[in-house]
Amino acid sequence: MDMKRDYYEDIELFKSGTILFWSIVFLVFLAILPWLITKYHLLGLSIYIVNLITIHAIVAIGLNILVGYTGQISMGHAGFFAIGAFTTVFLKLKGGLPFPIALPIAGFISSVFGFILGLPALRLKGPYLAIATLGFGMTVTTIIKHLEFFGGRMGLQAPKLYLFGTPMKDIHFYYMIMVIAVVMVIGAVKLIKTRVGRAFIAIRDSDIAAEAMGVNLTYYKTLAFAVSAFYTGIAGGLYAFILGFINPESFHLIMSITFLAMVVVGGLGSIMGSIAGAALMTYLDIKLQAIQDIPAIGPALVTFSQKYMSVGGISNIAVIVYGLIMVLIVLFEPLGIFGFWIRTKKYWKTWPF
Amino acid sequence: MFAQLIVSGLAVGACYALLAIAMVIIYKTSDVLNFAQGEMAMVSTFVAFTLLDAYHVPFPWAAALTFVFAILLGIFFEIVFLRQAKDPNILGLIIITLGFEMILMGFAGWKWGPDQRSFPFPVSNIEVYSFHGLIISKINFWTVVVTLVLMFVLFLFFRYTKLGTAMRATQQNQLAARVMGIRTKWILSFTWALSSMVGAAAGMLIAALGVLDPPMMMDPLLKGFASGVLGGMTSLPGAALGGAMLGIIENLFGGYVSLAFKSVVAFAIIVLMLCIRPSGLLARHYVKKV
Repeated sequence: MDMKRDYYEDIELFKSGTILFWSIVFLVFLAILPWLITKYHLLGLSIYIVNLITIHAIVAIGLNILVGYTGQISMGHAGFFAIGAFTTVFLKLKGGLPFPIALPIAGFISSVFGFILGLPALRLKGPYLAIATLGFGMTVTTIIKHLEFFGGRMGLQAPKLYLFGTPMKDIHFYYMIMVIAVVMVIGAVKLIKTRVGRAFIAIRDSDIAAEAMGVNLTYYKTLAFAVSAFYTGIAGGLYAFILGFINPESFHLIMSITFLAMVVVGGLGSIMGSIAGAALMTYLDIKLQAIQDIPAIGPALVTFSQKYMSVGGISNIAVIVYGLIMVLIVLFEPLGIFGFWIRTKKYWKTWPF
Repeated sequence: MFAQLIVSGLAVGACYALLAIAMVIIYKTSDVLNFAQGEMAMVSTFVAFTLLDAYHVPFPWAAALTFVFAILLGIFFEIVFLRQAKDPNILGLIIITLGFEMILMGFAGWKWGPDQRSFPFPVSNIEVYSFHGLIISKINFWTVVVTLVLMFVLFLFFRYTKLGTAMRATQQNQLAARVMGIRTKWILSFTWALSSMVGAAAGMLIAALGVLDPPMMMDPLLKGFASGVLGGMTSLPGAALGGAMLGIIENLFGGYVSLAFKSVVAFAIIVLMLCIRPSGLLARHYVKKV
């Protein structure tokens, strides 16, 4: 029933009417989400959390293009995130550029760094690439920490943004970020379906075979790094402004690992999976950071901590849960949420049998 | 000045070398890049700290108990997490070690809190020895001595004991080793135990040189990788040489060029080395066949 008769059917954005319908339902849901949150306190969400989830989803999609589709490991995406954040704030603050211009410029600067990191990556495989990107991520924060015009160790204060003369609030950010995110999701879906995306996938499956088929490895590998860094840089720019304050210490190794965790939990090689992974992991992280406020479990854990652990470090439970999820996903469901979704779908398709 | 920088660089390099050796032991045998190495060492060091601080155990006993703990931790990780993974790819293995790193990091933060502590080491880090005008602090001197002794013991172990020979056999060809009657599964567990123990030694020395807190191994981890890449991820003497060289290069850079950007050296070395000679200084080049 999913027979394709034509090349153009394969690269269509919406494969069927059902997908188009559900996409529109989802967009309408996103449009009224702020209203639902303020009215019903859906799942204890706040608009700030949704903004954070959306930004993380953009990063996860960018990282998935690199890790899930091109098969190149990166453990340094916090570096690109930091570059995006600091460049945007710097351009706005010192360069005096308006935000809609500063953000894409920051994205492009980040993608230039991605291109540069992609060059040594041409010769590196698996574990060695992981080491090199890990080094990149940690080095970027060190360098930013020592640059005076980036505020040094103290970081930068993001200026307030104005919409028609009034300062923007979370709700305005929500719509701005959501529009950018939707555009970037569509861009990623289109990219994967066309020639470039298929070249990425060919490289992932076997780079030697891909080269033999005429895929230019140098071009496509560096392109994958650049695109991925662009997505992350844009997300970083947005992050700086919803947070209001950035400091180099916060873009550490753990952040790179959480990005990787989002991609792996969501499902390698799936855009929708990345969004689901980012939503789940960000939500869990924020809720577990304040674990003592959760009814029933919270107070019990506090007493337990007083007895055997330290109460000051109780928010570290979030880190433990994160690590456990990462390990368990690899052990039991290597395709993540996306794999789970596929299995459920298959089960219901052939249901009584 | 030049000789002084080299001497103090050597002392720091000795710690990197130990960490790199711990990584190389695992990478050689099972092709797993252990990102949890730093955190395993950190938790072991905290165990040593608790023994010394809360239970007032004399230092040699505390160190011995810590080594036992580190061995158990390594075996635990291998059996409970890594062995369960069915046919994992490189990314899967990296994610498992990263997940374990997060678990240990969270546990240490929960149990011991985020405070910085000083690790009570029996050798003072203020008093110095001086030879012919070169000054070396006592702790740096003993770090180098401990590292050299450990490396020598490891060398003897791999060369002359039955277990060490079995480990080398497993490294070369797992299937052939099994045919020869070596229990390769046990050898893998033992590899993790040995590596974790060497890591714990590195952790205690690093904590003694600096401070003890949960994120203390983040930076040394990268340095350990850099040393491994410099000397060759599949060569034990290479890792030791790489660590010493990294310490010296880094210190010279800090002394003559810029102290602020000293930690950039590790990354530059990783990238340069991987571009020029990916197998490292002392390891043979290995090309994957399609």
